[in-house]
Amino acid sequence: MTSIALLKGEGMVPRIARGMLGSPKATLAFIVCLVLILAAVFAPMIAPQNPYDLNEIDFFDAKLPPMSEGYNGMTYILGTDGQGRDMFSAMLYGLRTSLAVGVTAGVLAMVVGTAMGLLAAYRGGAIDSVIMRFVDLMLGFPTILVALMILVVFGQGVDKVILALVFVQWAYFARAVRATALVESGKEYAEAARCLGIPAWRIMFAHILPNCLPPLIVIGTIQVASAIAAEATLSFLGIGLPITQPSLGLLISNGYQVMLAGLYWMSVYPGLLLLVLVFSVNIVGDRLREILNPRLAQ
Amino acid sequence: MTVFILRRVLQAILVLAITSLIVFLGVYAIGDPLEILLPADATMAERAQVAASLHLDQPLPLQYLNFVSSALQGDFGRSFVYNRPALEVIFERLPATLELVTTSLVLSLVIGLPLGLWAGMKPGSLTDESVMTGSILGFSLPNFWQGMMLIMIFSVWLGWLPSTGRGDTGTVLGLHTSYATWDGFVHLLLPALNLAMAQIALVIRLTRTGVQETMPLDFVKYARARGLSERRILFVHVLKTILIPIVTVLGIEFGSLIAFAVVTETIFAWPGVGKLIIDSINMLDRPVVVAYILVIVTMFILINLIVDVLYSLLDPRIRSRA
Repeated sequence: MTSIALLKGEGMVPRIARGMLGSPKATLAFIVCLVLILAAVFAPMIAPQNPYDLNEIDFFDAKLPPMSEGYNGMTYILGTDGQGRDMFSAMLYGLRTSLAVGVTAGVLAMVVGTAMGLLAAYRGGAIDSVIMRFVDLMLGFPTILVALMILVVFGQGVDKVILALVFVQWAYFARAVRATALVESGKEYAEAARCLGIPAWRIMFAHILPNCLPPLIVIGTIQVASAIAAEATLSFLGIGLPITQPSLGLLISNGYQVMLAGLYWMSVYPGLLLLVLVFSVNIVGDRLREILNPRLAQ
Repeated sequence: MTVFILRRVLQAILVLAITSLIVFLGVYAIGDPLEILLPADATMAERAQVAASLHLDQPLPLQYLNFVSSALQGDFGRSFVYNRPALEVIFERLPATLELVTTSLVLSLVIGLPLGLWAGMKPGSLTDESVMTGSILGFSLPNFWQGMMLIMIFSVWLGWLPSTGRGDTGTVLGLHTSYATWDGFVHLLLPALNLAMAQIALVIRLTRTGVQETMPLDFVKYARARGLSERRILFVHVLKTILIPIVTVLGIEFGSLIAFAVVTETIFAWPGVGKLIIDSINMLDRPVVVAYILVIVTMFILINLIVDVLYSLLDPRIRSRA
């Protein structure tokens, strides 16, 4: 890392923090995100029961409405599902799966997209046009269709869902990184680095990449939200995660089977949690865009 | 210009060829349709007979060549489940999906435009803040959950609208449509609203930005100077200007609505192509899955091609870049 990158990096964190605090809505959304992440990480400690340990769930407690007391004296604040599983615990574990899949997919897409975008920007020519044609093509198709095709081809599973999401999302990062990198490589510091005889790949990764971070952070946040929502949708359609790894989407899907019979809590609460999660990540992303966009932050 | 169009058409054909190969290979890697089609006690001779009648006994490359040559003639094989030509099954279901999608587009304009105008007129106001936050909510609401809540509220609690199915259809001017009967119309409302939600949010954002960019322009000032009412300026002069990009975007979104109809149709048991594809994936009905994907991909490539060509006609700078 050069001193330029460090200076930029140091300046960015206080800038983001100040900008976040400047908007009560964004501050609240950020706190909600933080709480949800902590809840997901520490789910096994917070959850009243381990919802996937058959010794801990009682079939006699099945389909209890919220706030009812079970056989073993435990109060189910959000009710139980068809097998007597505590919904609150199941939701915490579901949140864990949803977040893990969404964040993994988002980060992998960022790595792949950034690498492709930088490659396109510094090699130019044929490599650039092939990569960018492919990006255009990917962005021309809706997420759900491409993910559907990949899952049809490769079958179900956590790894396949992540693969499908990465395949769908890398193009957004590639386009943004390439555009920023092209602007940056025309600036004087890049010129100076070239004059010093620093190899092209080093200039790209050590000098230009740090300056591509602002758009990357914004897109990364929004893509994590969209990855979480997309995974939930695929799981709801029955072509996403397997039943052994219940994400929020799968919980909602299971609850949907009995929703019309009036057992609303099995699908409404996981859905609300999913909504709060995606909504607050999107609000934070929207605010980040305002903070980091030099044209908007006047 | 001709070179540009020719290049784009060639690219489109290449993409289609690659998609067909990937989908064909992928679909053949999952499951064995014989397991599903035949009873568990079928003899080896019966298996061989069925496999031969469906050409499942040939080597893969030969199967692919057969598949491509007949696909080019519009023959995607017979559906294993319906025992009818796959393309016929899809085209039979397509009108229901198209009806849903067009209704959603109309809904997104009818609801999105006024809200966007309202927010755009008073930038920074409470109205603006709440409409814009609402539109983020519209983007964030997972489509399927939002549909379930619509059913929950309007069908289960209020009992106003039916929850699933298409209801009665009738014939108007030779078109088989839900609009012909009251029952069909009320069945259409919830699914169309569900599908339209994200588009409504999109139209709100586009309209608001459009209004804010157009209001300071000279022609608006001139209209004011002529003494036209604020309402007439907004609804006639400004709206006319901002409608062009909105309609363009909605045109492009048409394709993605057809793709998203998969979710809506699954929730509302709407008998369109989206529900068909999910059912077919679950029943390993290969010909229908392959035909659906290729039909939709072809449609997308055509939409993108038309948009590209139109843009390059309108903006000569694009031609030189491509």
